[in-house]
Amino acid sequence: MVVSRTALLAGTVLACVAVPAVAQELKIGVASEATSIDPHFHNVGQNNALRRHIFESLVFVDAAQKPYPGLAASWKAVDDTTWEFKLRPGVKFSNGQDFTARDVVYSVCRIPTVENSPSNFTIATKGIESMETPDPLTLVVKTKGPYPLMPLDMGVFGIISAQASGAGADLKFKKGGCEGLGTPPKSADFNDPAKAVGTGPYKLAEYTRGTRLALERNDGYWGAKPHWKTVVFRPITSAGPRVAALVSGDVDMIENPPIQDFDLIKKAGLTIVQGLSNRIIYVHLDQFTGPDWKTPGVKGTDGKNPFLDKRVRQAMSKAINRDAIVDRIMGGVAKPAGELLPVPLFGTSEDRKPEKYDPEGAKKLLAEAGYPNGFELTLGSPNDRYINDEKVAQAVAQMFTRVGIKTGVDSMTASTFFSRRNKYEFSAYLAGWGADTGEMSNSIVALIATQDAAPGFGNTNRGRYSNKTVDELTRKALTTIDDKEREKLLQEASKVGMEDYGIIPLHFEVTPWAFRKTITYTPRVDQYTLAYEVKPGQ
Amino acid sequence: MLVYFIRRLGQAALVVAVMGAIVFVSIYMVGNPVDVLANPNADAKEMAEIAGRLGLDKPLHEQFALFVWNALHGDLGRSFVFNEPALKLIIQRMPATLELAFAALIVSVLIGIPLGMLAGLWPHSVWGRGIMTGSILGFSLPNFWIGLMLILLFAVQLRWLPSGGRGETVTVLGVPVSFLTVDGLRHLVLPAFTLALYKAALVIRLARAGTREAMLQDYVRFARAKGLSPSRIILVHVLKNIMIPITTVLGLEFGGMIAFAVVTETVFAYPGMGKLLIDSIGRLDRPIIVAYLMMVVVVFVVINFVVDLIYAALDPRVRLSEQGS
Repeated sequence: MVVSRTALLAGTVLACVAVPAVAQELKIGVASEATSIDPHFHNVGQNNALRRHIFESLVFVDAAQKPYPGLAASWKAVDDTTWEFKLRPGVKFSNGQDFTARDVVYSVCRIPTVENSPSNFTIATKGIESMETPDPLTLVVKTKGPYPLMPLDMGVFGIISAQASGAGADLKFKKGGCEGLGTPPKSADFNDPAKAVGTGPYKLAEYTRGTRLALERNDGYWGAKPHWKTVVFRPITSAGPRVAALVSGDVDMIENPPIQDFDLIKKAGLTIVQGLSNRIIYVHLDQFTGPDWKTPGVKGTDGKNPFLDKRVRQAMSKAINRDAIVDRIMGGVAKPAGELLPVPLFGTSEDRKPEKYDPEGAKKLLAEAGYPNGFELTLGSPNDRYINDEKVAQAVAQMFTRVGIKTGVDSMTASTFFSRRNKYEFSAYLAGWGADTGEMSNSIVALIATQDAAPGFGNTNRGRYSNKTVDELTRKALTTIDDKEREKLLQEASKVGMEDYGIIPLHFEVTPWAFRKTITYTPRVDQYTLAYEVKPGQ
Repeated sequence: MLVYFIRRLGQAALVVAVMGAIVFVSIYMVGNPVDVLANPNADAKEMAEIAGRLGLDKPLHEQFALFVWNALHGDLGRSFVFNEPALKLIIQRMPATLELAFAALIVSVLIGIPLGMLAGLWPHSVWGRGIMTGSILGFSLPNFWIGLMLILLFAVQLRWLPSGGRGETVTVLGVPVSFLTVDGLRHLVLPAFTLALYKAALVIRLARAGTREAMLQDYVRFARAKGLSPSRIILVHVLKNIMIPITTVLGLEFGGMIAFAVVTETVFAYPGMGKLLIDSIGRLDRPIIVAYLMMVVVVFVVINFVVDLIYAALDPRVRLSEQGS
């Protein structure tokens, strides 16, 4: 015993000598800076990635976006309209207070009150009709109808401390405005490390906007302690300087190295990992049937909208050589797509293969549809939003041209593109969609469900595709609590939409990270860079 | 003089007002910030709520009236993205940019004047010709390319200097400055040199021309006849005289360096005002873009206004001709 203890001690001493203090620091060059430390201010990727270090949610999702217990140790649907969450005991906030159901109620209550939010999290709390806390570690959530996505919604927003934020003793959830909320903290308050109180594996140490954001390990963390004592995020928005920072050793890891620099990075003895993302790149075609609508950019069809004919849509899908795009333009860093989410995410089917490249078949279909000589088309595309977006659009345009649809590309910066697209200025456009929740209902609701404000369907369906069967199946899925059954409905809805060519999927983006040889990172489908998942390598 | 002053003041105010209208309206035409800021999952109702929170649901003339009213009260709007006053965000970035511009100014003088004088003293020597050829490179190489090459050489290959960002800061009189720390200086070297290169080429040309002209002047001959050492003639008499045009030109260029160090700041991920502007344009953060441009307009108008006044004070013909017209 004595001997082994000495050996252990010697081992520890050796380890201390071998691993100097600097190795405990991880510096990450990020492509975009979080706009606020406040976890409820802005519902956008980089903020959501950062908040996971400091503020945790009830439900966590793993690298493949599968939910698993976080601050909630378990949950179940008690009946069709009631979810019960059992909270994890023994969890403390970084200021030493216990985490209880009250903090969850407070966080849900505070979300709609955030001032000047450019995009808030009510999207994840709108399903909640009432909340009860029968005991400090039990949370009962009631919904209006069956609401299967409640656990996923609970994974979207972070929990802040009710007490540190000044909640009243009479805090009570009420839809449309809670009671006893006190004066909720302002977003800017969270920039102060003393006020950014969460349960996460890290605490805020220092924040200088535009320069650096430092996190410090939370030694009282309830879960597995992260390896790095301090983590520094440096925003380096331009790709070239970001790669330079990595190669020169200024940072240990970077997000999104550009494909054209892969060779340089590998030659410098650094590692690149790539993981499939939940982002589909697609082409949407205007299928509006309302009165007096002219399809902008389409010529040579005598004023008819060619995309209302399924054969034309099918022909366009057949005209695209997805393998060539992936190989030659994406440098292999992408995967041809046959539906809106990649396998194995929830609601996908193994047997949905990408459309086969068949230019002859495409020409035949076009002739059958009454366009033996094709027509003219303008394809809209952003040029700085997705990986090589403009080049992909040009390749697609050439492939359309090859089967007779003379296509030009109109590409522009993302901020202009999305505004114009939302005004339906493109009859055909290329864009991408990342399914935040990592399951099929999100993609279908956004991209191919009929536009309808009441259930909030089809917000990004700017091709205005409409198919009753898809809508029906999706609506049914969204009120089916049973996971197996819901997945079946979603698979069916996806199949119907894809076989009707409501939208033309191109490929799934692959997200790359680059870092020095001594660390490892498992790519995440949601594209987040999470420092506590970065492990020291060999 | 008072009439002249009032008239010039009115003109300056008019320029600011017109520029304000142009900037505001033209930014309004570029895209809809809600489309960029909103989470893609947001539905139509939420998009409308966001527009309401950010004041984007009002018609253009109301937004503009509100902007003018607030601007007259010293409030140039709140950033959509950061939810803080736009002016505050810009001023927070100001020390970094000023530091970079001053460092670049010093570098350009330290490089430009000695080389320019050498070229002016021995214009036909190999050195003189070499320096002038070099200055052409300084003029014609694009800024971002020089920056990238410097990063490749000094950060990636030699690893002597960091590739970008701002170094450690210390607070002096409430202002965070980085030029007092070793780390801060190391971060400053490459961007300052990049920004300085064009100015240095300019200074070389001015110093060379000035030196060649001054060497033929009577006071130089007289000094020589008096038996002063050549080093004293050059370093005291010639140097002082050529500094006048150089100072004038650098003063003008300095304003431009502060306002438009955008490219250098982007290449070096340097958190100055220019970087803020570029990032804000990408995010359609209108209040910051408008506040930044307005600030630049005001700075230039004030400089011109002061210069006009000085001219008038120095030269009576200016104010007389104004009265006559």
